[in-house]
Amino acid sequence: MSATTVRAAAPAERRRRRTGSLLGLAAWLCGIAFFLPVAWMVLTSFHSEADAATNPPSVGAGLTLHGYREFFGAGTGVSPWPPLINSLTASVASTLLVLALAVPAAYALSIKPVRKWSDVLFFFLSTKMLPLVAGLLPVYLIAQNTRMLDNIWLLVILYTSMNLPIAVWMMRSFLAEVPVEILEAASIDGAGLPTTLVRIVAPVALPGIAATALISFIFSWNELLFARVLTGIVAGTSPVFLTGFVTSQGLFLAKVCAAATVISLPVLAAGFAAQDKLVQGLSLGAVK
Amino acid sequence: MPTRSVEMRGERDGLDGARESGTTAVRPRGGPRTVGRAAAWARRAPLLPALVFLIVVTQLPFVATVVISFVRWNALAPENRGFAAFDNYKAVFTDPAMRSAIWTTVLLTVTVVLVSLVLGLGLALLLDRRFKGRGIVRTMLITPFLVVPVAAALLWKHALYNASYGLINGSLTWIWKLFGSADPPQPDWMTAAPLASVEVALIWQWTPFMMLILLAGLQSRPADAVEAARMDGASAWDVFRYLTLPHLRRYLELAALLGTIYVVQNFDAVFTITSGGLGTGNLPYTIYQTFYQAHDYGRASAQGVVVVVCSLLVAAFALRTVSSLLREEVTR
Repeated sequence: MSATTVRAAAPAERRRRRTGSLLGLAAWLCGIAFFLPVAWMVLTSFHSEADAATNPPSVGAGLTLHGYREFFGAGTGVSPWPPLINSLTASVASTLLVLALAVPAAYALSIKPVRKWSDVLFFFLSTKMLPLVAGLLPVYLIAQNTRMLDNIWLLVILYTSMNLPIAVWMMRSFLAEVPVEILEAASIDGAGLPTTLVRIVAPVALPGIAATALISFIFSWNELLFARVLTGIVAGTSPVFLTGFVTSQGLFLAKVCAAATVISLPVLAAGFAAQDKLVQGLSLGAVK
Repeated sequence: MPTRSVEMRGERDGLDGARESGTTAVRPRGGPRTVGRAAAWARRAPLLPALVFLIVVTQLPFVATVVISFVRWNALAPENRGFAAFDNYKAVFTDPAMRSAIWTTVLLTVTVVLVSLVLGLGLALLLDRRFKGRGIVRTMLITPFLVVPVAAALLWKHALYNASYGLINGSLTWIWKLFGSADPPQPDWMTAAPLASVEVALIWQWTPFMMLILLAGLQSRPADAVEAARMDGASAWDVFRYLTLPHLRRYLELAALLGTIYVVQNFDAVFTITSGGLGTGNLPYTIYQTFYQAHDYGRASAQGVVVVVCSLLVAAFALRTVSSLLREEVTR
């Protein structure tokens, strides 16, 4: 390489580095812009009600735990624990049920596929496309007649059906990664079903199960419509509880922000801790 | 290609089947046909609990919905219950609110999905490079998606949009003051642009979702092809247009499809931010209102049936897209 080309390359290299750092700056600005509302929510939750409702905003106002004390029932005496525990019950129980149903189903759709397995797979997905709200009234009427209204286990069943199609898709796509040759070799070597499952299928399936559980938990925790229509005082979940924090009188912004922060915390923690699982789950397992 | 790989799966079934009938030949218990049938049922067994559960919980209620849609039934006037023939459907199709709900749903879904797809693509491209603090930026960008939807809707309504103390108008006051003006514009965002208010809040939540899927797509792109193209003097735009975009097609389709499934059914944002007022009532909200507030069970069911039929039409189209994705995956 001659000296002239090296000299010619230097400004181009500098220019590329400059656009590189500009693009990095742009990424940072976008990140901050998207994060800003959440940061504002958390900051406001630590302000007093008076400081929360000023114009222009009082960014530097003194911090207080008043909003959180209100959320935990200081002013009204209403405890947030029953709805939080209801949400936890509904999310965890429905997630376990989803896994118990989806993993065997995915096995029958990938490792030892039934005939027309792809039709079955599409049936699962198509149920996800029908708006849940169209089946809401019959569910309400049945629950009314069987005295299941305001019962958390009704939500467990409904959330299971809500997440099952997605879970079957995800698990199938993970189990499809199990190499056929190894399965056949194991079967020729006389490995029984338990050995095959533990030694060959489980290592591939476990990350998929984790991703499925994460997604199922998040969607159940977030659900509002069914919880609002089918539960009341006893089985109300956190999202329903949250909507009750808005009052027509007085200031409530700090209190609402504190409640929103606490209720979002489990999802934020789970999502941050398992970012890769989140992507795998959201893409129905298309991304590994 | 796709058909061949499917046949290969079929052969695999055949092999298994042969092996199974081979073992039964040693210990003949029933006719070969019953054994084959038993084996087929053994195959199906793990699938059945999920299938039965889903049919009972999601499909049977739809059947009930269809039946109720032909009944004159308002819970506030229970004595006046009877067969209504197509009256509920007539009411639904002549109701201007229903027509506006369909239009609102289409507009809301298309806007939110397209805008967040484009923004998500831009952000994914920005993040698909090395720079200081990339992990932090990625974490900040996915945060909106991890805020509980009702909480996000309340946040936008009360902490950001509110005309007197929301952050947006507060910032306007602050900026105007900076330039010495005491008369900043203070629009009431939710009444001035109700649908856009809902859309912006949803775009904020769904852009990270699109970005995550597209970023994963970008990172699975073969690096050597890009490097080779650069060596051959291809511009950044050429690389994007002829290498990146075709590679991303599957991911774009998947992100758009999943986004549509969720945004079409959105209830939380519409319910919280505008309570379905000022032309923002989408189909889920309208059905909820007919059933939960007007207590008109018959009409709510007819609305439900109409929505299901519309969804089926869209779903048939969307599923064809996914099925092409599936075939590509199987061929792989």
